[in-house]
Formats: sequence, C-alpha cells, structure tokens
Amino acid sequence: MKDDVLIKARDLSVHYPLSGGGLFGEKPVVKAVEGINLDIAKGSFFGLVGESGSGKTTLGRACLKAAPITRGSVEYNDEDVTYELTTMDKSEENDYRKRSQLIFQDPYAALSPRMTVRDIIAEPLEVMGLTSSREETDERVREIAAKCRLNLEHLRRFPHAFSGGQRQRISIARALVSRPHFVVADESVAALDVSIQADVLNLLKEIQQEMGLTFLFISHDLSVVAHVCDHVAVMYLGRLVETAPTRELFAAPRHPYTKALLSAIPSLDPDDPKVAQKLEGEIPSPTNPPPGCKFQTRCPFATDICRIDEPKLEHSSTGHEVACHHWQSLMD
Amino acid sequence: MTRLLDVENLTLQFDTDEGRITAVDDVSFTLEAGEVMGLVGESGSGKSVTAKSIMKLNASNAHYGEKTNVKLHLEDGPVDIMALRGSKELKVVRGGAISLIFQEPMASFAPAITIGDQMVEQLMIHTDMNAKQSKELSIEMLDRVGISDAGTRFKQYAFELSGGMRQRAMIAMALSTKPKLLIADEPTTALDVTIQAQVIDLMKDLVKDFGMGIIFITHDLGVIAQTADKVAVMYLGRLIEQGPVRDVIRNPSHPYTKGLIAALPSLDDLDTPLTPIPGDIPSPLERPMGCVFNTRCSANLGEICTAKIPQFSSVTQGHNVACHLYNGEGAK
Repeated sequence: MKDDVLIKARDLSVHYPLSGGGLFGEKPVVKAVEGINLDIAKGSFFGLVGESGSGKTTLGRACLKAAPITRGSVEYNDEDVTYELTTMDKSEENDYRKRSQLIFQDPYAALSPRMTVRDIIAEPLEVMGLTSSREETDERVREIAAKCRLNLEHLRRFPHAFSGGQRQRISIARALVSRPHFVVADESVAALDVSIQADVLNLLKEIQQEMGLTFLFISHDLSVVAHVCDHVAVMYLGRLVETAPTRELFAAPRHPYTKALLSAIPSLDPDDPKVAQKLEGEIPSPTNPPPGCKFQTRCPFATDICRIDEPKLEHSSTGHEVACHHWQSLMD
Repeated sequence: MTRLLDVENLTLQFDTDEGRITAVDDVSFTLEAGEVMGLVGESGSGKSVTAKSIMKLNASNAHYGEKTNVKLHLEDGPVDIMALRGSKELKVVRGGAISLIFQEPMASFAPAITIGDQMVEQLMIHTDMNAKQSKELSIEMLDRVGISDAGTRFKQYAFELSGGMRQRAMIAMALSTKPKLLIADEPTTALDVTIQAQVIDLMKDLVKDFGMGIIFITHDLGVIAQTADKVAVMYLGRLIEQGPVRDVIRNPSHPYTKGLIAALPSLDDLDTPLTPIPGDIPSPLERPMGCVFNTRCSANLGEICTAKIPQFSSVTQGHNVACHLYNGEGAK
C-alpha cells in the first residue's frame, strides 16, 4: 500500500514571517499552511479546492519545494527514487526538478513573448541538460507538441499569435516535455472560457492517463474538480477540512464548509428550489485566525467546543476524512 | 412595463494598428424598467463594449455605425445617447441615469481617496444634495448592502476592505444616485463562490427595492440563470440568440448556445465527458463571412452559412435565434 503513494506529507506547515513585532520575543507569522497530512496516490488526479486565501497554492508549491517548509515532512517516492523534500541535497533537488513540474494559471503571463513556441517548450530540456543534441531536443519537442495538439507550424510562431486555449496547451507542453512524474496544475483552466476549458481539461486527463502522471489539480471551481479528479481535498484557512474520493465527497459531503461551497454554485435551473446554505461573512485573515475550529466564525452549527478545540481529521475506512466536531450529528 | 432602453443596429468598430476591426455588429435589444437582462458570451464576443456603448465610454478610436440608435427613456422624454457630445452632455448617462459596476473593484476605486469621499463626490456631481446629505445617504447605502459598521468603513480606503466588501461598496456607490439603469460588468467573476452567492442575493434584493433595469454581463450561465429575466447571447460581436431566461437555458436553439451549455461541467452528471466547442474564437481581424460561428459550428449547413448572415427568426414567443437552421432556405 505504501508504495502506491507518490507524495506523502506529514504535519506539513508553511509559515511566512510578518514584518513588525518586538525586538524580543516571537516574530509574528502567517500560518499559510498548518499541520497538513496528505497522501497523493500514484497515477491519481488529486483535486485541491478552497477559496482564495485558503492556502491551496502554498500547499501545492510546498509539494514542489517551491515554498519554504517550516515544519513537517514531504516524502516523494516514484519507482526509481525516494526523496525527503526537507532534507534533500542539491543534486537530489536538481533531479526532483525534473520529476516534478508546475502549470501556471495565466497562459498570457507564463510564456515569454520574445521566444518562439519551439524555444519555450525546449527551454526546460536545455536548462536541465536532458538532451544531448539539437536533433534530440527537436524530436522531444515535436513529440510533446503533438500530444498537446500543436502542429509544426505552431512551433515557429510567437505566443502572441495564439488564443488562450492554445497558449495553455503550450504551457502544458512545456511542463511535460521533461517527462515529469508529478505535475501541479494551479488554477490551470481558471482564465479560460468554458468552451475552451472543457477542451483543456479533456487534454490534461488524456495525457495523464497516457503518460501515467500524477496530478495535483488546484482549483476554486468545484464543478471542474468533480469532473476531472478522482480524489478531492478541501482546504480552509491553511487546514484540510475534508478529503474523500470525488464521488463520495460530492454525494455525501460531511464538513459544513464543503456543503456550503457546493450549495453556493449557481444552478443552471432558474427555478432551482435548492435552499442554499448561505455562508455569512468572509474567510478570516490568516494573520489573525480564530481559535478552535478555523471555520467557527462562519459556521451556522458552531458550538462552544468549536470555539476552543480545533478538530482533527477523522479517518474512516472509505477514505473519507473530515475535521469537524459535529459532522456525525449533521448527517442526520 | 415601461420601456427603458432601446438599442438599435449598434455597430462599433475600432481603429487599431492592424486595421479597423468590428467589435459589435448590428446588435439590437430592448430593456424594460425593472428587468434584468443577462448578456453572455466568451471573451472577445463584444459584450463589454456593447454595454459601454450605452454610456459612450469606449475609447477615442471607436467608430459607431451610421444606423446606430441608442435611446434611454427617462421621465422627461427619451435621450438620444449617440447624439450626446462632451462630458457635460454625457453626464446624464455617465453616473446620472446609468451606473456601471466593474469586474475588479480594487481597480475601480481610487486608491488614495477614502471610499466615503468617492461616494460623496459623485453624489455632489449628479444630485443636488449637499455634503452632509450626501454623507448620510452614503453611509445608509453602505449599511443597506450589508457592510457592518458603515460609519467606519466610510472613512477607510479601498485596500482596507476585502474583495467581497469592496464589491458591496461598489454596488452601494453605483446605486446611491438612484440610477434607472445599472450595468454590471462581470460583478461577481473575481469573487469566491460563497461571496458570489452573497452578492447575487444582494443584487436580487436591490432590484426589488429600487426597480431599476439591469444589464448583467457575465460568461457564467449559472449566474445568469439565477439572476436574469431574459438573456442575450453574443458571439464575435453579433447577437445570436435572445429570449426569456427559462426558454434559452432549457431549450437553447443556436448551436453555439447549445455548445456553451454542454461545455459546462455539471455536478448532477459526473459520468458524461465534457464536450468542448471545437476550435477557438477567431481573431476579430479575421471575422468569418456569413454566420460568424460557421468555423466552429457542428451543424454547419455548408454554403449558406459561409455566404449569408442569418437573420433572427422566432423559436417561441419572445425567443429568437439567428441561425440558418431555423429560417428560410436552411430550415429542414
């Protein structure tokens, strides 16, 4: 069982120092990610959802060692190597860069306007020294471009000549050209129109299955996550509040926050009688999080225990975990 | 119902370095007082410039077509908006009888002036209230849109407010002049779903209370379904389908509208794969001949679609579609 896990995070925390605070005593910190335990299975399409400020991007970056890990551990384990991200040395880190990749949100900002598409896609190969000749590089570029439905003509052009969907396909090709095992896609379809979004999602899914990749798919859009991911984790204010196989989560959400997120999605039916479980207020500032359960300030079911004691993730045999004091009584 | 706005044959072209491009092509629609019209389309479809035309807010390189006729019906009679010249005459449609809410509330408030001063300033310009009355009304409006401790918020700057709060303040500011028409350009797109749900509820309440007409621009059909009375769908500068919200969403007729709805990830059905609309929206420099959608249309009838611009024909009462499948020679 252990061998099926590609990324294993234990008590993972990322704190950023704040300016200010006294000369003596503790410096104030923002706990962007706090005490997260997470297993991402090999070959899975793992979804991470939450509102802005929930820490999902920071968690994704910590898994790539692109954010400073303050406490805890992240173990990466593919069939060839095992790395502990917090203690790996420089050469291991260089190797890990080849095995993991990031796809960004905004395909307009992520591509250099002064490079041709061929050079953009080839750059990771050249920087990492993965190919020995120009011919080999071109071969690799053509191969991945074809997978991402870009033709030879496209490779000679500059990014400005492409639409949003095509640019995102270029970003994907660039991320995948080094044949990574683990890819973090951070809001990769958020900037795209719905008609194009479906196309890019289908492409990601296809490539993932074909190349046997493991994806960490970060998104604020639950309906997108529901369609592509096989496992979902919900974050709130730096904590995991619920994680479950996708169908299980959407069929029977347990945490009041997950339920509220689901009911806040505007329905396509103008006469939908769904009584939305509206959330009052907004996500609190991570510089000054509430005590106890982080969701208690907005939770309609909060009681005294929620204001004092922070709930832990409770495991269950179905793989459905939830961090809420009252989830059981709320299910009735 | 009383007619509030007539837009007839709106055509808008922009001079650019690459030539003159057509952003809006022969668009006509009407709006009654107290009616909410959703204007839907992908990026580049011309929905924002259409709305801005009503306030003549487009840049100086904009050219309106000769037949363009935009009339706003006020108590003192109709105003011919295209005939207005200079900021003094345009005052009536810019902030007077028409208010505009932008997508990004951070970018639309001046950063160095308090929220309160900005609200008071526009009231002093557009109404005959004095400073004291303006301040009282502004605080009352902030309170009305659900901002707690409105007196304190009045004295704060935009950066001190959270995203949802800023959008509420924007709405309060837009409504304080009691406009007859409110144009909301993607007002919830930058917000998290839980905050979006709050803002949609707020806008619904305000329509009831103030009875103004609203043009709600969005790419999100779910938001339209929950807010609008009628819908107009745009593609590449042309209106291709319009009608009552229930008719258009339950019985979409234009292949593009059908495609848009099919591309939406639905939470009710996780098994059906997502169906993208093939291809990308063409560049406005390369507008297709005939029907603008013919390059991506799965129901393309061949010659007639590439040669002739389809006229509107009626599907049901008030529900019109511009597609050769439904009129004249192309109809089966």
